[in-house]
Amino acid sequence: MSKIRVLVGTKKGAFILNADGTRKNWQISDPHFAGWEMYHLKGSAADPNRIYASQSSGWFGQIIQRSDDGGKTWNTPGSSVEELKSEQGFPKGESNKFVYEGEPGKHLWYDGTPHPWEFKRIWHIEPSLTDPDTAYAGAEDAAIFKTTDGGKTWRELPGLRQAKSQLWQPGAGGMAVHTILLDPKNEKRIYVAISAGGCFRTDEGGKNWKPITKGLKSPHELPDPEAEVGHCVHRIALHPSKPDVLFMQKHWDVLRSDNAGELWNEVSGNLPSDFGFPIDVNFNEPETIYVVPITSDSLHYPLEGKLRVYRRQTGGGEWEPLTRGLPQKDCYVNVLRDAMAVDQLDQSGIYFGTTGGQVYCSPDGGDSWSAIAEHLPPVYSVEMQTLP
Amino acid sequence: MIRVVLPFHLRNLARVEGEVELDLPAPVTISALLEAIEKSYPNLRGTIRDHGTLKRRPFIRFFACKEDLSLDPPETQLPDEVVNGTEPFLVVGAMAGG
Repeated sequence: MSKIRVLVGTKKGAFILNADGTRKNWQISDPHFAGWEMYHLKGSAADPNRIYASQSSGWFGQIIQRSDDGGKTWNTPGSSVEELKSEQGFPKGESNKFVYEGEPGKHLWYDGTPHPWEFKRIWHIEPSLTDPDTAYAGAEDAAIFKTTDGGKTWRELPGLRQAKSQLWQPGAGGMAVHTILLDPKNEKRIYVAISAGGCFRTDEGGKNWKPITKGLKSPHELPDPEAEVGHCVHRIALHPSKPDVLFMQKHWDVLRSDNAGELWNEVSGNLPSDFGFPIDVNFNEPETIYVVPITSDSLHYPLEGKLRVYRRQTGGGEWEPLTRGLPQKDCYVNVLRDAMAVDQLDQSGIYFGTTGGQVYCSPDGGDSWSAIAEHLPPVYSVEMQTLP
Repeated sequence: MIRVVLPFHLRNLARVEGEVELDLPAPVTISALLEAIEKSYPNLRGTIRDHGTLKRRPFIRFFACKEDLSLDPPETQLPDEVVNGTEPFLVVGAMAGG
């Protein structure tokens, strides 16, 4: 029987949840990296024992951790004394080092003045679909880095910041590459999203990038209807069988593109609010998507105190609320952008974590939900591994 | 032998318990000691001082012999009591966050 491993990043450590394919009985690990902010953990599709984790702290900066045994043990890649000896005998310690290529340049600050790029942390790590030693990292301030040696060293793909980055501007949560999507049918194609930066695509393996924001409307933040950058994209998602079809949860609006982001159309339909953070696609139904509506940009909690996931099937405009097993009164948590994931079992499981420390699972595509972890620190990210 | 006390999270990261002991040739400066710490425990690179600029991270402080050395220049020589191991060199995570 298949097994499920859920990787949960929280404000105060990481947790690994394990269950068999019935998804009924869950074991929760002790905290990994207790006390550290764990923005994201993700396993390699090419080697499920290989997991990358972003560990950070306002005191001690950015650490990259790697597990080669499915999360049982962890190491900072390339940081053993033996691995660090250069020809001159000096330690290199490059696994935690994220340095912008060349002159870092400037982006817009909150007050609209130019502000120099400053590395703060890694929000998201996206392992290659085919090579366990290759992964991409999304940084704040916004940039994308790549490793090809299992995380021992990271190099920026500077072409992204040539896409009108002088006009990017941080949102309230900072300015970070928070989403990285790899096209499973075209290894040269990568999508990224940046809050208050926009959405970008490369078809050259990261060498050159272009904004893909046509059709997005942000009239309050961006009065120019033709603005290519600056849109506050909260999350994008795709289904591996149809990678040209993209779904987006924007600051406001839920949108869809059928041509790899060349043009977006709003599909907010009858959602009670089209503000939110995560969006994801059912593994077995490429047209079925999920969002968690949040009241507004000023009120980051569900409408009416009711935690509701909304599902939209078969490409129609009608959304249905999914409430069975979710709190329907006095609930004022948020669900952050990286805190929703799907498994790959025959009946798709949907998972999400909340800022209240719950992780919910629906083993039936969203029809019913139960909390598989409660009382964790605020959940930053949820990722799935479906294991044989 | 120089004794160094690391904060809880850096002890965990370096996988050490209690004080760290380092043997350095004189003269022992703040930067020489930090280099020695990073050489012995490479995954602490970037956690005490910035990778690129080698400046102390904002919420890290240095103390020894009841003195705050955080703002002293990196080339400052450490007190004899630290060099001869009578007193430890303290790397401290600053109180912050309310």
